[in-house]
Amino acid sequence: MTTIRNFFATRWGIISVGAFIGVFAPLLQKWGNPANMGICVACFDRDIAGALGLHRAAVVQYMRPEIIGFVLGSLIAAYAFKEFRSRAGSAPIVRFVLGVFAMIGALVFLGCPWRAMLRFAGGDGNAIFGLLGLIGGIWVGTLFLKGGYNLGRSQATHTSVGWLLPLTMLGFLVLMFVFPQIQGQDKSGILFYSQKGPGSMHAPLILSLVIGLCVGFLAQRSRFCTMGAIRDFVLFRQTHLLSGVIALVVVAFIVNLILGQFHPGFAKQPVAHTMSLWNFGGMVLAGLAFALAGGCPGRQLFLAGEGDGDAAVFVLGMIVGAGFAHNFGLASSADGVGPYGVAALIIGLLTCLFIGFTMRKEVA
Amino acid sequence: MSKIVDARGLSCPQPVLLALNEIKKMNKGEIVVLVDTDTSKENVSRAATSQGWILKSVESEGTGYRISISRD
Repeated sequence: MTTIRNFFATRWGIISVGAFIGVFAPLLQKWGNPANMGICVACFDRDIAGALGLHRAAVVQYMRPEIIGFVLGSLIAAYAFKEFRSRAGSAPIVRFVLGVFAMIGALVFLGCPWRAMLRFAGGDGNAIFGLLGLIGGIWVGTLFLKGGYNLGRSQATHTSVGWLLPLTMLGFLVLMFVFPQIQGQDKSGILFYSQKGPGSMHAPLILSLVIGLCVGFLAQRSRFCTMGAIRDFVLFRQTHLLSGVIALVVVAFIVNLILGQFHPGFAKQPVAHTMSLWNFGGMVLAGLAFALAGGCPGRQLFLAGEGDGDAAVFVLGMIVGAGFAHNFGLASSADGVGPYGVAALIIGLLTCLFIGFTMRKEVA
Repeated sequence: MSKIVDARGLSCPQPVLLALNEIKKMNKGEIVVLVDTDTSKENVSRAATSQGWILKSVESEGTGYRISISRD
């Protein structure tokens, strides 16, 4: 056990986890997930919101088993290595709001940091603007961190508090079996299933779930975090997490080449638009929100799996944010930004600045 | 008498930030950092050793860890 524990805390440990994701994300695309979207935490949370009917965008409704696997895989790892610690109480409402705006920013770009990297590794040049925005947003976040920004301490709490989000995910999985997809129907019981668009494209349930569980397990062990990778480099010049992210991009690029999924260019990229400014701006907002919340959307799922109730609130914020994004026309599409996307982006940035500037109280 | 940095309950990257601030302030001596997650334990240990400090001991304390680092 100790050997494994030490291995994942090493540079080769984090590189191997990045490489694992780099292999299986493109493979998930080959097995049915949308192009350049083997894994996208924001898109998949959004699809879950759709499956539950929190928004009615008919093309993005599917209960993504990868997300369920991420949380449950992390839970299993946390218990196996005696790291499950139930904790909560560090400004949950702020984390909820940050989750909402992180999702809105990600949906203006059309992807979370994971997908930004997968889009880049698939040849989508628009992702470059998203990645630059992500770096910019995280950089602003580090300025707040240097200035004393923090959300206060969490407290140890009842074990069952940390179980609530994993149990919710388990419930979502049960719903998928109780109300399975029926060919040609857009609804099965209480769950919505897309008939066309990205939501209709998915790998077989069991395959998605197993890969999700593996990624959740490995990411919990290695603390894989796409936002932390950039933040730690900017703040401390540390390259530990960054080496995992670079491994993801390089391996995904190679696997895409092998699978014939590398299509370089800007126009007509899958589930993407070419409005560079808003690709950049969307990810500035998402990057800042992730930095202020202490983790990328994947990391928030893994933290929620190991008992962090505040990260769980962030996850719920993202799912609710996806509801807002599609109900109010904030999310982009292949045609470009939604009618109110830019307004929401500005409100989101102002909200993050308000949070960053005002929450600097010294911790007791 | 070692300086104690209490980083329990704080999200990433606060434990590392607090530890590094103290490291910069002290330059040498002994610092004890209290953390409550394994992630923070690893991050603080990694950050301290990267600054040339020696990881003296990591002990379980309550639901967390007590990390002692030093530099002569």
